[in-house]
Amino acid sequence: MKNAMDFRNLLNKDNNIVQLIMMTILIFVVMTALSPDKFLRYYNFESITYTFPELGLLSIAMMIAMLTGGIDLSVIGIANLSGIFAGVMFKKFATDAGVADTGFGIVLMGGVIALGTGLVAGALNGLLITRLKITPILATLGTGQIFTGLAIVMTGGPAIVGFPNAWAFIGNGKILGLATPFVLFVVLACLIAFMLRRTTFGINLMLIGTNPKAALFAGLKREKMVLLSYMLTGVMASIAGIILSGRTNAAKSDYGTSYLLQAVLIAVLGGTNPAGGRGTVLGVSIAVVALMLLSSGFQILRFSNHLIDFIWGAFLLLVIALNAYKNRTR
Amino acid sequence: MAWFQKSEVVIAGILVLAMILIGLVNPAFWSLDNMFSLLRSNIIIGIMALGVLLVMISGGIDVSFPAFAVAAMYLTIKGMLYFNYDGVVLPFVAAATMGALFGCLNAFFVYKFRMIPLIVTLGTGSMVRGFLLGVVGTSMININKMPDALIDFGKSDIINMVKPDGTTFGLTAMILVYVGLAIALHFVLRYTMIGRGVYALGGDPEAASRVGFNIRKITFFIYCVAGALAGFAGLLHSGMIWLANPRDFVGLELDVIAAVVLGGASIFGGRGSVLGTMLGVFMLVMVKNSLIIMKIDTTWQRVVVGVIIVIATAITAWRDRRANA
Repeated sequence: MKNAMDFRNLLNKDNNIVQLIMMTILIFVVMTALSPDKFLRYYNFESITYTFPELGLLSIAMMIAMLTGGIDLSVIGIANLSGIFAGVMFKKFATDAGVADTGFGIVLMGGVIALGTGLVAGALNGLLITRLKITPILATLGTGQIFTGLAIVMTGGPAIVGFPNAWAFIGNGKILGLATPFVLFVVLACLIAFMLRRTTFGINLMLIGTNPKAALFAGLKREKMVLLSYMLTGVMASIAGIILSGRTNAAKSDYGTSYLLQAVLIAVLGGTNPAGGRGTVLGVSIAVVALMLLSSGFQILRFSNHLIDFIWGAFLLLVIALNAYKNRTR
Repeated sequence: MAWFQKSEVVIAGILVLAMILIGLVNPAFWSLDNMFSLLRSNIIIGIMALGVLLVMISGGIDVSFPAFAVAAMYLTIKGMLYFNYDGVVLPFVAAATMGALFGCLNAFFVYKFRMIPLIVTLGTGSMVRGFLLGVVGTSMININKMPDALIDFGKSDIINMVKPDGTTFGLTAMILVYVGLAIALHFVLRYTMIGRGVYALGGDPEAASRVGFNIRKITFFIYCVAGALAGFAGLLHSGMIWLANPRDFVGLELDVIAAVVLGGASIFGGRGSVLGTMLGVFMLVMVKNSLIIMKIDTTWQRVVVGVIIVIATAITAWRDRRANA
């Protein structure tokens, strides 16, 4: 009896989650019906577990920025720059045997450099937003250009190809039969979810997003919290960059540019309120899986990439309309 | 306000200073040839910036206009080829109308669902470009197939000169189109009810609607005009470069937004002027073009644009805070 009550409670409270799950199931069923022999193959799902984590992490990063009513348009730039910095360093330390056999210590250092890039880039965003009071849209639009520009300066344009084997493991390897990126995504998602739900930091972030004035009067250190949240966003973006460069064994200044729209879409679809205060890791995670199923289904049906862009855009507008409709009836 | 505190005057001052500096590094900057080509590069970005200015005064932001511009341009030229039509006026009307219709889509979502313009325009931009490339086609229309009238129109100069070595150069007549549109928009913003309404909406939507401005009408006006300007600029661009490329204008939104912010418009709305925007456009184009003259590697272009955006927004944010305090 008590269990049933809890379940109903869950339904009411996380209405959005239930709808998302239903949508995922719907997409799954439709795609299965359209091409059962190709869509239902194990290989298809396995490849999704390799490709979705980077987009998922970027979407979570976007959600964190949105929690305080901001947005981060520089995540792609941060991700690419992190991969490129690490790649440049590996090239420097490469032995005669080539980059592939680089020692574990140096790979670890590459990881620190990549994460550090994300941290510094995020801190720059945060400082511009909190200290100089630039609106997040314009601040991150500008820094995104700077990061992408630096990536071009570092590489001169073409991709950096060739990463150590240990680095590639992060993007291509398997842990206990599961894709490493997938495992990494689950661990990080749980960590962030815990941080947002159960720590003072997370709860303060939500409060700042819900009502900045009330949060100020309640004595919350808004500037510090916002700064920290953009640093967290930057680190998440750089982890996505590590996975991306590990998976493709290359890093380039204009990789994943279409991810920006998709990350915004997934965050909004996952129930994040772009005006701040609302958003869950679970919602975003389900949304990213749903949209990856959709996208892989369309690829199997041989839709062109441009048409998929069209569908992403249409989907975003549809979600906006639905959300507005839902909020009105409530 | 004292005249020297006006942002247009400040921007103009910085502009003159920058021009003197660049001229000192490389005197070739001051040659008429270079000046004319600079002015020429202003036109397309400038016309688009007028549209973005309108959106930013109202407190929004638009990242969909490059997609609208390229779609209006490509569809118009495809249509001209299909009907074997060769003219100038009708195609521009068609392109502007198409842009306005796309703009309506933005206005509908922004007004009806009260959604943040950035997210709406991200969606519509991606849709329009995806549709264009996925359904209409990805192939370029080269000079041999381009309508002749359009090319002739794009070629017309107002001043023609001959260099000592015999080659000719000139100032394109399209600059008149740009200036004409700018003056028209200036008057609309300054002296018409709907123009004042755009400022009112950007200043405070609630207050604007209480004093009787029709928010719906103003929102549709803003985004339709912005779309129409983008469509017009798109077609003009292809007439000037004698080529219709459906993959054109990718990433142009950043340059245009940077130029508008540089011109003193505030993203919080309610502030910005046509003159300031034109100065901002000139400054951005000049800095980008002069990197080559100043012998700085072109790979630094993106970094420079980014730094310009950050500095310009920091200054406007500082100015806005001081104005409110």
